Amino acid sequence: MSESGTAPEVSTGVAAAKPAHADPARRRRLVAMGLLGLASLAMPLLGTSYLLSAATLALYLAYVGQAWNVMMGFAGQLSLGHSLYVGLGAYVAAGIFVHTGVGPWASVWLAVGACAAVGAFIGLLAFRLRIAGVQLSLLTIAFAELARIGFDHIDALGGPGGLFLPVVNRGHVDLLGFRGPPTLYYYAMLLLAAGALALCALLLRSRAGYYWRAIREDEAAAEAVGINTFRWKMFAVVLSSAMTAVAGTFFAFYNNSLFPEQIFGFERSVEILVGPVVGGLGTLFGPIVGAVTLVVLGDGTTELLNRAGVDLPGVRQGIHGLLLLLVTIYMPNGIWPPLARALGFEAKRL
Amino acid sequence: MPAASTIVNVVVSGVLTGIVYGLMALGLSAIFGVVRLVNFAHGELMTLAMYGAVVAFQRLGLDPFLSMAGVAVVFGALGYALQRGFINRFVSRPEHAQMLLMLALAIIIGNVLLLAFGPDARNVQTSYQLDSFELGPLLVDKVRVYAAIAALVTTALLGAFFRLTLTGKAIRACADNPLGARVAGLPVAHLYAVTFGIGAATVAVAGCATVQLIDVTPGLGPAYTLLAFVIVIVGGLGSMVGALLGGLIIGLSEALAGLLVSPSAKSMVSFGLLAVILLVWPRGLLGGRR
Repeated sequence: MSESGTAPEVSTGVAAAKPAHADPARRRRLVAMGLLGLASLAMPLLGTSYLLSAATLALYLAYVGQAWNVMMGFAGQLSLGHSLYVGLGAYVAAGIFVHTGVGPWASVWLAVGACAAVGAFIGLLAFRLRIAGVQLSLLTIAFAELARIGFDHIDALGGPGGLFLPVVNRGHVDLLGFRGPPTLYYYAMLLLAAGALALCALLLRSRAGYYWRAIREDEAAAEAVGINTFRWKMFAVVLSSAMTAVAGTFFAFYNNSLFPEQIFGFERSVEILVGPVVGGLGTLFGPIVGAVTLVVLGDGTTELLNRAGVDLPGVRQGIHGLLLLLVTIYMPNGIWPPLARALGFEAKRL
Repeated sequence: MPAASTIVNVVVSGVLTGIVYGLMALGLSAIFGVVRLVNFAHGELMTLAMYGAVVAFQRLGLDPFLSMAGVAVVFGALGYALQRGFINRFVSRPEHAQMLLMLALAIIIGNVLLLAFGPDARNVQTSYQLDSFELGPLLVDKVRVYAAIAALVTTALLGAFFRLTLTGKAIRACADNPLGARVAGLPVAHLYAVTFGIGAATVAVAGCATVQLIDVTPGLGPAYTLLAFVIVIVGGLGSMVGALLGGLIIGLSEALAGLLVSPSAKSMVSFGLLAVILLVWPRGLLGGRR
């Protein structure tokens, strides 16, 4: 894993004896991060509106992938029902906005609370009753499907006909109401993705990160050395669902229409996990690399075909499936770890 | 409260559907019980078989109940080849990696169908499609009866295969103790492939039997995969009798929920049942103890 290379510098004190710039891998990482950050900030100035929406989608997928990765990549608990938290977060924020006019800055906290509560509920049931593996992933699907059918029956939220957010102005930036041109949503998603990356980097170096990985590798052994596995698995689920809720709120105000059939669908849960798996399970940059790969190959191919006048539904997801297949077969750790080595981002280990 | 005759009609229809459900889930359960593989592409295989029946009907004019034998043979061979040439290499990978592999296959099959046939619904129309058998107040769709008969015959054949043939007994030995089977010199790779072939063939029969009851679209896969999982979890993952029992329970409860509550309550009941069984009885009704 890419970040495992950084851990010894901190813990052994070897790096503390030398100035940071003496480590070429670390310097390379910092320069690359800086360039990537500048490029992301400057993107809206250069790109077309199509590029901007594609980049926003990539950032969105990177963010939800990062959130999913906390649960599966770090703590080893496979969720196949993360659309539940996107959908619930979206419907809470959108419902409040449609009925009371209160914007996302207030409602996002309710969305986060609701998703964290649901995540805690599912985690409590599953982990207290010691459900793991296939059974756990089926349980997560069951709850997402129950939500999908349940929201079809809530008339106040539009039911199967969908919930539509009134779109007033697209021209000028209304930060308070989170309304404005596509650039606003791009920068919001950039901020979220960067925040999630920083949070996960911090977590991986903290006690939680080490405990999670211990649980992921061997839960019985983790428990034997005194880790309260129930508590740390709960932390992973609650954090992951809370992070996903923010993405749901964003999606509601970006997309302006919500349908239970789509937002809670199994396909959505799969879309969330393909990115981090393709990029590299349990790695920090895996979800980002995966999301960019999916958007460039999947949506890029679709757009090129569209421009050539060919409309082939199924190409985008077919490419997702193909990527997932190829990575699972040939690169079980995802594309980021070998890429990071090739780019010289990993400290040389002796 | 609906009339008694309506309830009886719905119960009979639910039982008939349940028998076909049971056959559909049987393959999933067998593959899990023997190969220990969680086949997330099961519903996509079923959808693929449905398109096989649609093409056989449109191009060759074959009735789905006749073409099902051919489709089953093709699927058996396809399943054998898939397991032998591909999936067998991954049986020692972690469980989640296998699940993701099958998920990837599922996405690919679903979207290849979408590319090949487009998003519009296809269906098969036979002369007897809207006919029904009348027994006093009882009115049963002919298609449903034929589908249940086909499922029962296939299930009986499968039962005989696993009980009476040497290969069937060897596969059961593999399921009970894979290492012991290997030590005893059983060709485990071949037996795994036979099992996957049987699983694919049975789900193909179920697909051909169902093709006249619903509109076929490329997106049906995930719903059938989930339905098959609900059934085998209720019945007990890995137990074949459990799969049949689970099929009956789900078929009946869906039909009754559709009648007594609302049509859309159907899948609510299935997924509610799935959650409850997973939580209080994670091995399922007939899954045994570990």
